[in-house]
Parts: sequence; structure tokens; C-alpha cells
Amino acid sequence: MIELISLFIDSVFIGNILLSYFLGMCSFLAVSNNIETSTGLGFAVIFVLTITAPANWFIYHYLLAPGALSWAGLGHIDLSFLKYITFIAVIAAMVQAVEMVIDKFSPVLYTALGVFLPLIAVNCAILGTALFMVERNYTLMESIVFGAGSGTGWMVAIVAMATIKKKMRYSDVPDGLRNFGITMIVSGLMAMTFMMFSGITL
Amino acid sequence: MQKLGYLWDTFSKGIFKENPVAYQVLGICSALAVTVQMKTAFVMGVALTSVTALSNLIISLLRKQIPSNIRIIVELVVIASLVIVTDQILKAFYYDISKQLSVFVGLIITNCIVLGRAEAFALANPPLPSLLDGIGNGLGYSLILILVAFFREFLGSGKIFGLAVIPQSLYDAGYSNMGLMVLAPGAFFVIGFLVWLKNCIPGISSEQEGPNQ
Repeated sequence: MIELISLFIDSVFIGNILLSYFLGMCSFLAVSNNIETSTGLGFAVIFVLTITAPANWFIYHYLLAPGALSWAGLGHIDLSFLKYITFIAVIAAMVQAVEMVIDKFSPVLYTALGVFLPLIAVNCAILGTALFMVERNYTLMESIVFGAGSGTGWMVAIVAMATIKKKMRYSDVPDGLRNFGITMIVSGLMAMTFMMFSGITL
Repeated sequence: MQKLGYLWDTFSKGIFKENPVAYQVLGICSALAVTVQMKTAFVMGVALTSVTALSNLIISLLRKQIPSNIRIIVELVVIASLVIVTDQILKAFYYDISKQLSVFVGLIITNCIVLGRAEAFALANPPLPSLLDGIGNGLGYSLILILVAFFREFLGSGKIFGLAVIPQSLYDAGYSNMGLMVLAPGAFFVIGFLVWLKNCIPGISSEQEGPNQ
């Protein structure tokens, strides 16, 4: 239990998927102009990551990993090279399915998250989390926690960025640094702040 | 002659005038993570250039066969297959580098440049310009990658392509490497300052006003 909490904290702060692995930068830069949309997208990312991480775990461990097909008597087959194409397909399919389920059962949630869901399918943070999960040999429980933690970390970063950008409207940024430049430098400062958490162990 | 000029334009546009990283703010995701050393940045650049070029070529060849409502899936399948091939080649011949690049080769699939070029250019243009456009954009990306990696490796560990360039006497005189550059924030700062530099040099900037894309 304590390892899981520690893994969660690690994936939210120290190994923040956005600020220390640079994943999900594209939508981070595009959406962080508005706090409400950032929050909406943040929740959608947490949601999708918490679902796709275990789904990909099952697919990898029961179909793709070396020896994973032994339940079908095909233990000598190693399909792990197919993981990229399988993961991206699983993610796209899951996002589509989630979108349809939400649309059917909760129109309120759908109007809040609906526009963001298709965007998420190609967000590098989602595929990156799945690939990190394989590379670090997480168990099923760990992969769920890691998925939720990465999503939370991403949301913390994007909401913080949106807030800072709002404040920055009143500051006098040098001409050449406007928009993209200053966003990068602020992200750098944020990454430094998040690094302060390293060394915390439970 | 005019045809040649058009092809050259298509090719060079991706490197300078419409550089995907510097002007269109695409593909930053992986641009930062692999730039601690120039060697990994170089390999990543080559990998992305070949994937973009070939995916543009293939999608352009298939452009009349792809039904438009499933085009994204078709594009992703083409890109993912190319990335698998690239990853296998790297694992077979450059195992150490492929270990260092870890998941970032796989993340070429979700790199906005590849899908973006396929969507924006290859679907509407014949194969040859598409191929050149892919190579051009790939090289533009590699250029930024190598530039960032140069600053990070030079300032962060005093090396260029793994060779120590800062003489020992300088270290003895009290010079020390800038540890920050090796860490994640260094990449953000270098990109931020490069963009600043680019915007300050008159003539090469075509920055539009308004929020980032």
C-alpha cells in the first residue's frame, strides 16, 4: 500500500509526465490559455489514463509480452514489437468507447469533456504512460496508480500554467519572448519547482 | 525550371520558413526529452525524418484510395508500422542508443509533425512533393533538436558529440559544468531563449500575433 502511495506521489510531482518527460506538450501549449478548458481537459486526461493504463497492461501481459501467449499453447511467440500499433489502437478505441458511453449516460459530463476526448487520442502523454508502464515492468495495481498519478500530474501542471498565464497578461514581457518563448521559460521554472519534491520518500 | 523551383520551395520551407518546431510549435513533446546529448538528438532526428518522409510518400500514394472518414486511422496505421520498423532497426544495429531513447522512438507515432504533415500536405499533393515536404520538415525538426542538444551538452557536461571540448585547465581554474542544463528545466530554458533569439533577428521572423497554436 505504502509503495503505491509513494508511486502516486512520484508520478504526480517528481516524475511529472509533462515537466520532466515533456509528454503532452502540444495540447499543454494549445489549451493552457483558459483555466476552465484546462481543468476540463485535465479531468479527461486523468479519466482516460486511469482506464487505458490497465487495459494496455492486460493486452501486453496476455497477448504481446514474450511468452504471454502460453495460455493458448503458443509460449514461444514474442509479439512485443507490435506494442506501439496495438497501444495506439487500444487508446483510440477506448477513447471512442468512453465518448459513446458518456454521451449515452451523462449528457452533462459529455458537454464538459466531449470536445476534448478525440484530442486526447493522439496526446503523447497517454501513449507515453503505456510505454513507460511496459518499460518499468509495473504490476496491474501499479499501472492503475501510475496512470491516475500521471494524469493528475498533467492536470496540476496545465491548470497551474493556465493560472500563471492569466496573471501574466498584466506583466511586461519583452516583445520577442511573448507567447511561446515566455511559456517555455515559465514551464522551465515550474519544472524546477516540481523537482524540489525529489528525495521525498514515504 | 519552374517545377524545380516549386520542389525546392516545398523542401526548404520545412527547414526555415515554416520550421515545425520554431514556427508551428509542433512536436515539442519529444524535441526536449532526447536533447541531453547530441548523439541521441541526432539519431532521433534521423529517425523522425525517415518516418515523416516515408509516411508522407505512402499516404500520398494512397490518397485517392483512403475514404476520408477513416483517414486518421489509416494514417496512424501507416505511421505506427513505420515506427515499428525504425525501432527494430535501431534495436538491431544501435542497441545502446535505442536504450537511451527508450520510449521516445515509440512516441514518434503521436508526434504532431508526422500526423500534421500527412493531414495537411500528403493527402492533397502528389508523391514527389510530399516526400520532399516530409524530408524538409524532418530536417527542420532535427535542426532545432541538434541546436538545443548542442547547448545542453556543451553547457551541461562540457562535451560535443561525447568529446570533451572544455580543457582541463579551465576546470582547474574554477569553471564548472552547469548541472541545470542536463535536467529537464534546462531544455525549457534553451528552447525559450532560442525562440527569443529567433524573434529578435529581423527578417527571419514571421511570428503571428495571438495565442499559440
